[in-house]
Amino acid sequence: MKITRQEKEALMDPLFDNNPIALQVLGICSALAVTTNMATALVMSMAVVFVTAGSSTVVSFLRNNIPPNIRIIVQLSIIASFVILTDQILKAYLFDISKQLSVFVGLIITNCIVMGRAEAYAMQNGPWLSFLDGVGNAFGYAIILLAVGFFRELFGAGSLFGFTILRPVTEGGWYEPNGLMLLAPSAFFLIGIFIWILRVWKPEQVENS
Amino acid sequence: MNTESLPAIFIDAAIVNNFVLSMFLGICPFLGVSAKKETAVRMGLAVIFVMLVSSMCAYGINIVLELAGAPYLRLICYIAVIASAVQLVEMVIKKFSPALFRALGIFLPLITTNCAILGLALFQTQNEYNFVQCLVYALGAGAGFTIALTVMAGMREKLELADVPDIAQGAAITLILAGILSLAFMGFAGLGG
Repeated sequence: MKITRQEKEALMDPLFDNNPIALQVLGICSALAVTTNMATALVMSMAVVFVTAGSSTVVSFLRNNIPPNIRIIVQLSIIASFVILTDQILKAYLFDISKQLSVFVGLIITNCIVMGRAEAYAMQNGPWLSFLDGVGNAFGYAIILLAVGFFRELFGAGSLFGFTILRPVTEGGWYEPNGLMLLAPSAFFLIGIFIWILRVWKPEQVENS
Repeated sequence: MNTESLPAIFIDAAIVNNFVLSMFLGICPFLGVSAKKETAVRMGLAVIFVMLVSSMCAYGINIVLELAGAPYLRLICYIAVIASAVQLVEMVIKKFSPALFRALGIFLPLITTNCAILGLALFQTQNEYNFVQCLVYALGAGAGFTIALTVMAGMREKLELADVPDIAQGAAITLILAGILSLAFMGFAGLGG
């Protein structure tokens, strides 16, 4: 299958050039809350990929039949249906992680990325492009989530996905875990620093005030 | 049934487990509206009101859904209620204070997608609060949101005068500032049990 330029743009643009978290500052809430370890960050990313891709596709299929006045509520119901589906699947097969994520799976509904893509892209474009755009944006979100999760778990607990990488002092190793990494403020710091680094790399994203 | 005392719930929601700074709910408006103190306070009041209304409705809906044996419909019902509550607030504000309506602008309809409100509804269900506890919880969460927003606005007004590296302007420095604020709020941990 040949990939056209437009398709490639829809998929690749949101990864670094137009990252939903770093540039548009959307969907920060869950990015901060679920990143204390890699496992929850990964599950959350997959859930968001599924919901964004699914809802963008469905909204795009229905875009000519949605009356403009009530489009927000229609989009919300479509998104909510996908989130409920995800929530039920997680509860059935990954109960432990779904317990840790607690309300944050439900809160995907109010994740501005999902809503933003439905409103800004899927309402104007065909289903296939919307699907790619949804996947791309969700991956952009996932990259930041996993990066933050990586640093927080590695430095906060000395492990990745629950496997010990740096043996902590309490278990006879040498690494003194940095407890701050597991607490709330570090998430703010890390995302702030990530945005900073990304903007050093891509100076055109700098905001002028 | 949960038997926490009312003041404990209030302090817990407002300060110890501040919705914005330690649960990460409602960050979008927190970063978006916190540029000026005045708008921040008004936005906070609007959020408190929406929280109270949607908390009451969510309590009722939860009972009905439990009776109907369909708790998986909770999410979609809650979001519908919140959307209507926001619509209501929008109409009230537009009628009684057009100036405030203009000042809040796009952020008023965006309260719908403020995760603090949906989060509040979900947490109160999870904690099995009774009706009065729900109201106090909503009030506490709203107050916490307003406090965080106002303090942040104050800090950002000072930041305008500071000499920040160009590259860190905007989102990056604001997030780092929020981190420092969150660090300060951690000092309250353990208060109120």
